[in-house]
Amino acid sequence: MSAARTAPVATAAVRRPSRRSGIRGGEAAAGWLFIAPMVVILGLFLVVPVLMAAWVSVSDWSGRGSPLSSSVSFVGGDNYRTLVTGGGLATQDFGTALRNNAWYVFLVVPLQTALSLFLAVLVNRKVLRGRGGFRTAFYFPSVTSSVAITVLFLFLFSASGAVNKVLSYLSIDGPNWFADPRGVVHLLLGTLSVDQGPAALTEHGFLGITWWSWLSGPSVGMSVFIIMAVFSTSGTFMLLFIAALQQISGDVDEAALMDGATPWQRFRFVTLPMLRPTLFTVITLGLIGCWQVFDQIYTGTQGGPSKTTLTPAYLSYVSSFEQQQWGRGAAVAFILFGIIVAFTILQRFILRERGVPRRRRFVLSARTGESGAVPGAGAQR
Amino acid sequence: MSTTTVQRGRTADQARQLRADRSAGRRRAGTAFVYTVLVVFAIIYIYPFLVQVATSFKPESEAVASPLSLVPATWSMAAYEELFLRSDFPLWFRNSAIVTVVVTLGRVFINSLAGYALARLQFRGRGVVFALLVAVMAVPGVVLLIPKFLVINQLGIYNSFAGMIIPLLADAAGIFIMKNFFESIPRSVEEAARIDGAGPFRTYWSVVLPMATPALVTLVILSFQGSWNELSHFIVASQDPELRTLTKGVAQLAAGGLGQGSQFPIKLGAAAIMTIPVAILFFVFQKRIMNVTTGAVKE
Repeated sequence: MSAARTAPVATAAVRRPSRRSGIRGGEAAAGWLFIAPMVVILGLFLVVPVLMAAWVSVSDWSGRGSPLSSSVSFVGGDNYRTLVTGGGLATQDFGTALRNNAWYVFLVVPLQTALSLFLAVLVNRKVLRGRGGFRTAFYFPSVTSSVAITVLFLFLFSASGAVNKVLSYLSIDGPNWFADPRGVVHLLLGTLSVDQGPAALTEHGFLGITWWSWLSGPSVGMSVFIIMAVFSTSGTFMLLFIAALQQISGDVDEAALMDGATPWQRFRFVTLPMLRPTLFTVITLGLIGCWQVFDQIYTGTQGGPSKTTLTPAYLSYVSSFEQQQWGRGAAVAFILFGIIVAFTILQRFILRERGVPRRRRFVLSARTGESGAVPGAGAQR
Repeated sequence: MSTTTVQRGRTADQARQLRADRSAGRRRAGTAFVYTVLVVFAIIYIYPFLVQVATSFKPESEAVASPLSLVPATWSMAAYEELFLRSDFPLWFRNSAIVTVVVTLGRVFINSLAGYALARLQFRGRGVVFALLVAVMAVPGVVLLIPKFLVINQLGIYNSFAGMIIPLLADAAGIFIMKNFFESIPRSVEEAARIDGAGPFRTYWSVVLPMATPALVTLVILSFQGSWNELSHFIVASQDPELRTLTKGVAQLAAGGLGQGSQFPIKLGAAAIMTIPVAILFFVFQKRIMNVTTGAVKE
């Protein structure tokens, strides 16, 4: 690394002045000097750690001494195998963590995207009193720390807390939220008096837990974290949507209005297609963020009740720092990394595939083709 | 014949009038609906924070008995007395303040320096460094928890302010913001300085940096908020109770570090106080924050 860094500096510094005028003299040296702190810090605390963790994930390091010492040996894919095909408690925990987090992602990402878009559209109305106040209110939860928000939610959703108090006014007997491990989908099925899954689902499984258990839905405890995530992130994403909405010129909307499009049609066929890039950003950021739930679990429930709020990120931490299974913890982290990358690519693929035809359809059906509108739509990308 | 035309004309007029009335009415109803929805949502978003502050002034029994009231029936400072006089809370606050101030100053300097170099200075390897930066941004933070601990431990800075601060000093997103900003300002100013004989650092420090105030403010906001609210890095970088930050300390309070009872007033008081600095920052720079994201995420 260091050799590669100094070599070009020397040669470039010598050659540059002859090629360009004196003004640019010493730029190469200065350039490397300017980025040196960043290169050192990011290299030392981002690149090196990843390489080191990659080694730990295929080693039997127990947390004592240096992972690079000679007493630590290479164990191949053992740590990964224990997690994925081992069938023991480790596999079961890993499967449970993945199930919990998958439901979390599945519910949080669409909800926060829809809510933030909804709020942005409302706040972005042409005539609106108190616009600043509303924006402030919706954004405020986003600036506070996840620890503070979790503490607040632990109180709001406690057995005799504010939420159950409100529910009691509606004569609903609220659950003991954070202590309730029952899955929401199972509860819904229970109201249809389906209490036991079909044998096909209960007798087979994946990653140590049955399919029936995969389909349980988020536990009531996890649902609170889902509500909390939507509550505390929708403000940030609302700002992204507002910024995008303000860049859409009023002309297109007016043209659609002239053509007699209803407000819903204008939103659906004019505004929404133009928001595509922002929608893409919001969903990507949402997906990446949602697979990394850690702070809230660490502060709130530590994985309980009955491991229904365990997430891969938290599992990775617990395996390493508490159970001293560093190899396994690092392996969980790498699998999580793989999942995040896979989701991002998949999402990019899905959104891009549909993008082209829909935009074309919009141009044809909304018939706003006269002059500026279509190039405008194109430039929006 | 003519009367019928007149009549028809009149009915058409009336119909138009009627339609206009109806659509105006619909519009008014729509507006009322929008305000109602906005107000309901605003209450949902803000009420919890009001309850938080109110509850911290209630005695324990009242906090449990009436969790919704905004005015305590009996005012009690017990929670704050406990926090400030009989716990490590002031120490946590001090530690958070130290880390946040140093990280914010360091980030402003290091990120703007690197952003300037990547935007303006010609040097070999710039493209590669930039590509690596993009790649590094894609690595999710949580994945780095264990690895960061390994390196911090290996370097012998575990359980020290150095270990808590240095890894946070450079962040790829901040460098991006600065790079984008520097690219947006005209080159001519710098070139004039160069011709006058100023070196690259001089040009950066006394010509370009003063022009970059808006981007620097953005960076200060993001860095302050980021390091004040940071939890996971501090968990893996230290263990010493002397180095505990607010996020770590309050998380431990929440996880039952207080012993018996729910102790909600103390927990909520602690959470309220740790929100104050970011809330102040938020209200001071409100205008900027509302535009932060426009610059931060460039399509």
